[in-house]
Formats: sequence, structure tokens, C-alpha cells
Amino acid sequence: MALAEEIIRLRDVCMDYGGGLVLDKLNLYILKNEFITLLGPSGCGKTTTLRIIGGFEQQTSGDILFEGVNINNVPPFARKVNTVFQHYALFSHMNVYENVAFGLRIKRLAEKDIGRKVGEVLELMNLPGFEKRDIESLSGGQQQRVAIARAIVNEPEVLLLDEPLGALDLKLRKEMQIELKKIQQSLGITFVFVTHDQEEALTMSDTIVVMKDGLVQQIGTPIDIYNEPKNNFVAGFIGESNILDGVMHEDFRVSFAGRSFVCVDKGFAPEEETDIVIRPEDIKLTQAENGMLRGVVTSVIFKGVHYEMMVSAANRDWMLHNTHMEPVGQEIGLDIYPDDIHVMKKVKIVEKETD
Amino acid sequence: MKKKLISGPYLAWMLIFSILPLFLVVWYALTAESEGERVFTLAHLSRVFEPIYLRVIWRSLRLALISTAFCFLLGYPVALILTSRHFKRHTILVVLVVLPMWMNFLARTYAWLTLLEKNGLINHILAFLHLPAMNILYTDAAVILGMVYNFLPFMILPIYSTLYKIDHSLIEAAEDLGATPLTTFRRVIFPQSLAGVLSGVIMVFMPAVTTFVISRLLGGGQYTLIGNMIEQQFLTTYDWGFGSALSLFLMALLLITGSVLMRSRGEEGGLW
Repeated sequence: MALAEEIIRLRDVCMDYGGGLVLDKLNLYILKNEFITLLGPSGCGKTTTLRIIGGFEQQTSGDILFEGVNINNVPPFARKVNTVFQHYALFSHMNVYENVAFGLRIKRLAEKDIGRKVGEVLELMNLPGFEKRDIESLSGGQQQRVAIARAIVNEPEVLLLDEPLGALDLKLRKEMQIELKKIQQSLGITFVFVTHDQEEALTMSDTIVVMKDGLVQQIGTPIDIYNEPKNNFVAGFIGESNILDGVMHEDFRVSFAGRSFVCVDKGFAPEEETDIVIRPEDIKLTQAENGMLRGVVTSVIFKGVHYEMMVSAANRDWMLHNTHMEPVGQEIGLDIYPDDIHVMKKVKIVEKETD
Repeated sequence: MKKKLISGPYLAWMLIFSILPLFLVVWYALTAESEGERVFTLAHLSRVFEPIYLRVIWRSLRLALISTAFCFLLGYPVALILTSRHFKRHTILVVLVVLPMWMNFLARTYAWLTLLEKNGLINHILAFLHLPAMNILYTDAAVILGMVYNFLPFMILPIYSTLYKIDHSLIEAAEDLGATPLTTFRRVIFPQSLAGVLSGVIMVFMPAVTTFVISRLLGGGQYTLIGNMIEQQFLTTYDWGFGSALSLFLMALLLITGSVLMRSRGEEGGLW
């Protein structure tokens, strides 16, 4: 991506509803034309963050800047962002056309222009000819499209999406993920997307912000987050992982599971205790006598593309994903290569990133 | 089979207390005593259309409409305040709205009688403040006041319950799309509450148009409404036929206005 411009910045934002901090000194910047996803379990503060950007909640302290201008006291109707709500929040007393035209009417556009814009956006959302339909007569997926159309017809610079796909079935959700990404790219606007679904986040995002307990755990591209999780929470939340304790002897040398491994990490204190993350698909199967570790298969589950095997080795269970299956009870060898060993500092919470 | 058994008592109740009286009203309205037999006649119904009675009917409708309008204008803001997010003591206020209804309807109306009297409490207070005395007792204004006072809760409660049920995210969505609070009210909150307004209007208009107690107490004997007239036919002049005809006419009137209101709600743009 070329030198990207910043559009929104949250500076030391705290939120307290009276029962403790929901957001704890959140710092975050959002770039123009970026698809950024706030990802985390429920209660992590992701929706609160979105609502603060939208203006529906007032942060307890801290600042929000929009293109460098403080918008703390700007009410929602005056902000240059639009929101797609979790349960769509469509106006049931209006038809599809009037719903989509709502924002344009407030801007007092000429009826001719309103008609053209609504037509275009319904076309884009694959809803041509739906103008006169009642909201109640639409399926969940169609209502979802109307909600998106109603927001993007206003040509906002930033679109906020609060778990918009949560109520759709799996197949529709996957289609909409791809469609949303396409729309974002063709419109060239910033999407701030909230979800608890890590797969959804990996599929759609340019940047993922992993949150937990009101704190940012890690900010990065999907590939960064998946391959280089900053701590065991991120590793555990994104994809499946084997997380174990290790000791970093020196640069590029770590020991865990009772033996020493070569790794690609450095910069730790000598003999520092660390978390080790190994993805199930990164553990290689080999002959029992040739492996770095030796173990016995204790269970096998067929997962479609691959098998998920649990292997007992070095006094613990390992999860393996492999397209090749070894039967239960089979003695096997496990190989783990330097690139696949992720060494992480043992901290509960990673310091939040600014710049 | 079981369902039939359960609905049995209900059906019997309906038959005895709704269908049968209705049938009797129709029967009395359309028949007259002639040589010891009851024979079919339209005389009672045609009497309803005599100018003297039409004037009374028109007067009843006018007062009921004015009362309903006042109830709406007073009640809607109360319902809005009740559902306001900034307002924490909802239940207390709802109880305050409902509280007068716990007292006897007659007692409440009598209370107004003493308040509005020439030497009543209100005039005492006005005199104390060196303001001119108010003599609205036995006028239209007193009847309207009585109706508004007695029927206001029936306007507030249905509106309150529909406002309460509006999904807050709809309001946020409107604000998000650039609507100021006033526009949000005009284009989202009010249209979404129309069902409540409609039931409120019906629940106030119906008793207001048929009342005879309020008009008799606060309007004095000479201020007759259709309710008083019907009462008179049954209790004073014993003209059950004409009384039934008046009732039938009133019922038809309410049925027609009710269905027109209902229909207009279904249409685009709604009633308002």
C-alpha cells in the first residue's frame, strides 16, 4: 500500500460504565481505505470502540480525532461516518426505497438525484427492483443488504460495521464476506468491522486489532497475526495452537518439551521463560525413530480437508493437522522446524502499539 | 377436542353477555308494540335523524373529538418523557399516571364538581391571587375537562407501551444517517408509535362519545349528550325502542370510524 493517510485516531480512550474499565487507554489509528477489524471475545470492548467512533457513546476520557480534528463533542448525526447495525435497525414503517433514501432526504437532495443514487446502490447490493418491497417481506440476507445500502448511499468516508454478518447462516455469511470486501475495494472507503469470528477477520481484513478486556493485544495484518502472535491469548484466539512453556537459552536456541530446538527468535534475556506456540499444521509427521519427539496417536477426527490427531508425546498432548492419517495407537515421530516455533514473552498483556 | 372444551366457557360468556344483548338491542330498535304484538318498524331509526337528535349526536361527537385531541396533545409528551433514557424513575411515573384510575370514577368526577364550583377551591385560590373567578362549571369546557381528566391514562398507556418497544438502534440509525433529534422524532419515533396513538384515540374516543356521567355532573342537566339521551329513553321515558335505535346508530358510527382509522393505518403514509 502506498503511503496511507490517517483518517481516525483514538488517543488514550477510556470507557467506564460504572463497573470498571471497558476500554483501558485505547490507542488506535485507522488509515484511509483500510479494512480494519476489531476482533475479540464478547466483552473485550470492540463494540464499545465502534460506538464511540460513531458517537453513540461518550468516552469517559481520551480523544477521538477525525482527519486530525477532535470530534469528542460532535453528535452522531454530524459525524462523517455511517453505521451498519448488528440487527440492521431498518425502519419497518418505510419500504426499501425510503429506507435507503433516508440519509439523502435529510441532505435535501433533489428527488431525481435520490432516485438515481438509490437505484445505483441497490444495483451494487444486488437488490434491483426491490424499491417498493416492505422490510418485513425480506429475508435476513436481503435486509442485511438494505442496511448496507442505506449506509453506503451517503458516501461516508468511514463505514462502521457492528457484527453485521452474525445473524446469517454460514454459507450466506461466507458469500457476504467476499462481497463486502469487494464493495470496500470498489468504493475505496474505510471499513471498521467488528467481529468475534477470527476466520471472518482473517478473510476480510487489511489490519486486525485483537482486543481482550479493553486492551489491544496485537495490531497487524492477518498474516502477521496468524504467524507471529504476540502472546498466548492471540495465539489461542486466532486459529488452533499448541501453547507450551519454554526457556530461551540464547538467541536462536530454545528448549521445551524436554529438549532443545533451533528457532528464529532472538532478543530475549538469557534463560528467560517464554510461551511457545506451534500451529497444529506445522508439526511434521515422521518415522518414530527419526522424529525430534516420539509419541503415540490417541485420537483421530476427520475434519474434511484434514485429519485432526491428538498425539501424546513428552508428557503432554499435541494437536496435529495433517491430510495423512495415522491410526490410534500408532507410534510416530514429530518434527518441528525453526520457522514454525513462535517464541513469545510471558506477559499477560502486550503493551499497546502506537505508531 | 381439548381446545374446544377450554374455549367453551368463554363462548358461553360471549353468547350471554355480548351476542344476546346485541341481539336484543337490534330487536328493540327494529320492532314496535302494535296490538299486543311486536311488529317490524323503521320508525325508531328514522326518529334518530330528526334535527333535534342529530344536534345532540353532533355535539357528542364534537366534544369527544376535542377531548381526544387534548388527551393526545397532553398524553403524547408524557409517554415520551416516560420512555426517555435520561429519566430513571419510570415505574414511579407510570404509577402516578395510573393512580387516579384506582379511585372510583364517580368520586373523581364529583371531586371536580366541588373544585369547579362558584365557591369551590379553584375560585378561592384565584381570589387569593387577585385573579378573576372562573365559572366553567356546567359548560362544554367543564365536560371536556372531565373527559380529558378521566380518559387521559387510556391515551398515555398504549402510546407509552409502543414507544417503549421501539428498538433503540432505530433511533441511533436515524441519527447515524444525519437526522437531528427533531427529524428523528418526526420520521422514525412518531411513525413507529402510530399503532399506540391509534389505540389511544380509540380508547379515549369511545368512552368519551358514550359517557353520560361526566356530562350530567359537570355539564349540568341541560347539557345532554347522546349517552344521556339513551339513558333517558331507558330509565325515564321507557322508550326502549328509540333508546335501542340510538344505541344502534352510535354503534354503527363507532364501527365505521374505527374501521376507517384502522384502514388508513395500513395505507402508505399512515393516518397522519
